[in-house]
Amino acid sequence: MLDLLHELLFNYTLRTVALGAATLGIVGGGLGTYAVLRGQSLLGDAISHAALPGIALAFLLTGSKAPIVLMLGAGAAGVIATLAILGVTETTRVKYDSALALMLAVFFGFGLVLLTYIQRHAGASQAGLDAFLFGQAAALIERDVVTMALLGGTALLVMGLFWKEFKLLAFDRAFGASLGLPMRTLDILLTTLLVIAIVIGLQTVGVVLMSAVIIAPAAAARQWTDRLGVMTGLAATFGAVSGVGGAVASASIPNLPTGPTIVLWMGILVTVSLLGAPNRGLLWQWWRDRRNARRLRRETVLLDLYALALKHDDPTYAHAESVLDAMNAWAGRTHRALAQLEQEGFVARENAQRWRLTDAGARHARTLAEERRLST
Amino acid sequence: MTALQLEIQLVAIVVAVACALPGVFLILRRMAMMSDAISHAILPGIVVGFFITESLGSPLLIVAAGLTGLLTVALVELIERTKLVKEDAAIGIVFPVLFSIGVILIARYAGDVHLDTDAVLLGELAFAPFDRFTAFGLDLGPRALWVMGAALGLNALFLLLFYKELKLATFDAGLAATLGFLPGLLHYALMGLVSLTAVSAFDAVGSILVVALMVGPPATAYLLTDRLNWMIGISAGVGALGAVGGYWLAHALDASIAGAMATATGLIFGAAVLFAPGRGVVARVRLRNRQTWRFAEQMLTIHLLQHENTPQAQRECRVAHLQEHLNWDAPFAEKVVNRGTRRGTVERRGPYLALTDDGRALAQDALERT
Repeated sequence: MLDLLHELLFNYTLRTVALGAATLGIVGGGLGTYAVLRGQSLLGDAISHAALPGIALAFLLTGSKAPIVLMLGAGAAGVIATLAILGVTETTRVKYDSALALMLAVFFGFGLVLLTYIQRHAGASQAGLDAFLFGQAAALIERDVVTMALLGGTALLVMGLFWKEFKLLAFDRAFGASLGLPMRTLDILLTTLLVIAIVIGLQTVGVVLMSAVIIAPAAAARQWTDRLGVMTGLAATFGAVSGVGGAVASASIPNLPTGPTIVLWMGILVTVSLLGAPNRGLLWQWWRDRRNARRLRRETVLLDLYALALKHDDPTYAHAESVLDAMNAWAGRTHRALAQLEQEGFVARENAQRWRLTDAGARHARTLAEERRLST
Repeated sequence: MTALQLEIQLVAIVVAVACALPGVFLILRRMAMMSDAISHAILPGIVVGFFITESLGSPLLIVAAGLTGLLTVALVELIERTKLVKEDAAIGIVFPVLFSIGVILIARYAGDVHLDTDAVLLGELAFAPFDRFTAFGLDLGPRALWVMGAALGLNALFLLLFYKELKLATFDAGLAATLGFLPGLLHYALMGLVSLTAVSAFDAVGSILVVALMVGPPATAYLLTDRLNWMIGISAGVGALGAVGGYWLAHALDASIAGAMATATGLIFGAAVLFAPGRGVVARVRLRNRQTWRFAEQMLTIHLLQHENTPQAQRECRVAHLQEHLNWDAPFAEKVVNRGTRRGTVERRGPYLALTDDGRALAQDALERT
């Protein structure tokens, strides 16, 4: 453990990769929050695939492989693809999902044509461009990380500056418009920020897996909170943790590519969140349902006993457990309910087979009966 | 054209048509992105199948990988059903995770065998003719042609047998369920076909471009027709056209054939967006223009009719006055008058305008309609 920490701090390669992965996790997670809440999860996937021709064209036109140049190309292609998707959806009858899938694959295909063209015409100088397909975190150098941090930091800063406006955009666009806010411009601005978040991650995790960096941390964070601010912070944290986790795991285990490992960590975080998050989580839901079912059974048994007793004009008249069991086909769970009611002091055992209400039980049953009458 | 080129194009056409058939129902059912998810998520299935069979063409591998596709669909549905995550986010989480597992399996255990992520993701159609299918010492053509031919046959057979059921389940799922058509089963059958087709095609065109071939041709056909059977036919045609066009584009640039096929399909779609009869951008702009001029002409005839044989006629029926009365600028008014004279509804008499019988009829007709 300490060794790992030491490596993380003083091993140049690992430190650079971990910093880069953490940066993209924070930016992707933070901005992904809006993408997921606004139902634009798959737009991220389309943008990241569509960035490929932008990268290739940027290289073809400038001959430079500087990260900022390639990122600008990727960003431009991402924006054009987004506009094409919106344009097709708004002006034709083709639906959003078809437009997404089509633009994603066509842009990617065109990118592939350009990449293979460069490969066969520009000689070996394209080496490194196909890193964008699957990402090559291990090849990150300090300059890349600085570029990522600057771009990503700017994107997060803009998000912070327009926090209230973006919140309105995500949750009540019509109200925002009625306040006179330029909602369409804000929409474009927020989508551009998403493009930036995607572009800075391409070199690390590649075009195929980038969408997970946008979606997974936000989807995991959503389970733990209902507040946008907390969700954004959590998503950024989850992103950073997965990033560092992926970098460390792939550094310590041979032949473990970083990008996919980061995505696996994110998958684990999503699974844990879906299962274990308080309130929304599935385990929590299951436990709550069980508790409610038990409480309901106890109350029903108590009310049954009360109803039977009333027929005898004696609220504490005892009845056989088999009768109570027969009134609700619960296969033996009546006994458990009775045992618990006994603990609560609402019923008492007359003899081995028969139960009666205690005074407290009769009072409680009367209250319950009245509550039920009121609520129906 | 050499035999080699012919064979490549033949494989390309068969792949494209095989993909286009299930694609029609994907886009009608608004599940286009499932093709993206499935085609990525089959990677671990391909890898595991490859480890078992040690061959990329084995039918067992195709089945194993096809099952991974169904697993993807089931996982997405499972997550979606918890209502904790929306469907699009569920898709966007499931397939990258499965894809990652595939990439990691390859990186860790397939270092020295012929299987790399590039091959699965991008495919290489140019190599297809070199992998021959031989039986009894006879060369029966490229193996890919047989594999994709089988996929195409299966897809076509499925559409033929269940055309009515698919149509009903797609356009009225509720009614289909009421009539006992089991739309759920049909849905999984369709997803199974999509998976099988994607697995069979990845070798040739790669798993991402499968998406272009599944979505592009049907989306184009969707712009061109309102009938399902026509849509299927046009999709197949567009797919084939994109395949051949893509091949020659790749030939000209010396670039990836699969990528060029996707590009060509995208270009055909773009052409359909612009030029589709009735629905295309150009057709709609022309219609709007025609309506603008027609409306203006009617306004002019109504205006003239109102003032015909009245004391104000001298003042109202001059071309120069239209500017003031109808708020038209001079060039526009001039154009409208020209159109009217050309069509014989209006006559120029010096600076004045007069209605012809046709023009009077046009104005009265327009007034009666309102």
